[in-house]
Amino acid sequence: MNAPRAVVDKRLTNALALGAIWICALTTVAFLGSLLLYIVVNGVRELTPAFIFTWPHGVNMEGGIWPTIQSTMYVTVLAMAIVTPVAVLAAVYLAEYAVQGRLVRTIRFAADSLASVPSIVMGLFGMALFVEGMGLQFSALSGALALSFLMLPIIMRTTEEAIRAVPKYIRWGSYGLGASKWQTVSRIVLPAASPRILTGLLLAMGRAAGETAVVIYTMGTMIYAPVSPLDPGRTMPVHVMLMAMEGINLKAAYGTALLLVLMVLAFNLTARYIVRRNRRMQG
Amino acid sequence: MSAGDDMERRPRVTLREAGADARTPSSAAASGPVPEPATLSTISRATYLKEASLKNLFLVCAFVAVAGVLLIFLFVGIRGWEIFAKVGVWQFLSGLQWQPTAETPQFGILALIVNSVIATLGGLALGAPLAVGTAVFLSEVATPRARAIVRPAVELLAGIPSVVYGLFGLLALRPIAAEFSGGLGFGYATAWVVLAIMILPTVAAISEDALRSIPEGIREASYAMGATKWQTIWRVLLPAAKIGIIDAIILGMGRAIGETMAVVMVAGNAKVIPEGIFKPFLTLTTVIVIDMPYASGDHRTALFGVAIILFLISMAFVATIRLISRFGGEQS
Repeated sequence: MNAPRAVVDKRLTNALALGAIWICALTTVAFLGSLLLYIVVNGVRELTPAFIFTWPHGVNMEGGIWPTIQSTMYVTVLAMAIVTPVAVLAAVYLAEYAVQGRLVRTIRFAADSLASVPSIVMGLFGMALFVEGMGLQFSALSGALALSFLMLPIIMRTTEEAIRAVPKYIRWGSYGLGASKWQTVSRIVLPAASPRILTGLLLAMGRAAGETAVVIYTMGTMIYAPVSPLDPGRTMPVHVMLMAMEGINLKAAYGTALLLVLMVLAFNLTARYIVRRNRRMQG
Repeated sequence: MSAGDDMERRPRVTLREAGADARTPSSAAASGPVPEPATLSTISRATYLKEASLKNLFLVCAFVAVAGVLLIFLFVGIRGWEIFAKVGVWQFLSGLQWQPTAETPQFGILALIVNSVIATLGGLALGAPLAVGTAVFLSEVATPRARAIVRPAVELLAGIPSVVYGLFGLLALRPIAAEFSGGLGFGYATAWVVLAIMILPTVAAISEDALRSIPEGIREASYAMGATKWQTIWRVLLPAAKIGIIDAIILGMGRAIGETMAVVMVAGNAKVIPEGIFKPFLTLTTVIVIDMPYASGDHRTALFGVAIILFLISMAFVATIRLISRFGGEQS
């Protein structure tokens, strides 16, 4: 007599539980949707060419945000230029040369630790070492150096995964033709892994462009359009934060936030596009 | 696999032998089993040296990560250790009063630690079930079409800058909280929701990886015994992915306790011990943002001291994940 009832129970539980899981997923999508909708609805009216391409003026920072855009791009690209060679070669070492052991475990532990350092700690570190210790002052270079420590573990991990995903037989072919290890790595493996490496670089750039706590203590908050690496500047996230916290110019905060989200989304979507195109080309 | 290793190893052996060959041709031939002599002559000493120095260069690059951790510890430590010497580590950690600008300054961060923990655990309690549910959905339940919507949503949530979450919390969620409580809306409740959204993508992505790495045969075995989908998930898959999910939750905790900008915008940042979930509070991270602009002397040193504590907490989380995965690896 119990058996049919048990079957009904188990089906009912199944349906309820799967329903709950669907609700979890829908809630996640709803969070993203409401966040994007809120930023877009409030920010879209601000996104005029005048807002993007002119300088702010007055005590309430009316007008445009061009210097913050320039600062953001400047520091992000500079950080990228500093960190990419180091991170990619470090990943080459881990994926191609390293023998598993204490050394590799130490490096991986350090990379994981670096990835989990709170950004505010990274900011104070940048201030102590680059701004004050090395006398670089609040500058794009200080900001870029501090950001590069933030980006290093991200790029190392994605690049290592990209290199490991290159099939072994491609390497055998290269060795079979008499190529040395470096020739194989530089001419065969890295080009084959390059789309996925690029994806990692784009994701890290998105992360750096949106970072607030690191740049506020290394690049400062002064409205300035940096030309030399030693110039200070105020990046877009810092601008959003200051405008919102002081509550003096919420329109600028919304507009800048929308532009920032669009920038980061562009990085992410490009990264996804590259991965997808690459997957299709490989079959 | 072993064939692959052989093919990989051969050039390396050849290189080493070629280097020895250039120095003492006779001893190289005499020492041990050398591969094919024909390949030896094809690699010059210059190539060998170039290959070896490149390898060392890459090792140096990889060590930048280690150097980074040491530098952070060193430079934040140098600036902050004096406060431990002056106030005493125990006093610093257990003091309830954070009064850095009083006549007799007091640097106790216990209240800040407690606030950080409450904010983190609250965010985790809201966010982790949602994230694990989303991970189960993506890996087990979703139709391909639903997955094609939810997976990008999770990835995009991960990419959104924390200051935008803060703005959303400050201007969209805070008024709702204010409506509920009759106050200003700054406080734990708002911070919990913001932190929950922020840790969701991290926890969901890693949990999903853990679920996906379970072999398909295990699911089939469970279905073959008459289990429903939910029974399979609850009794088989979640226990099997337990370690990965715990890792994901610890990483989410690390992210939540270190989160600064989003929290500073919704927390209200009052230097009092809060009396309710709608009352303003100050955490380990936000105290640095709030106090840094005007801090000097011991006050500034104390803020670096707080940063050391935060750094040690995040290291402890990473070490815990290491230990769990090693322990779990031995079990299975």
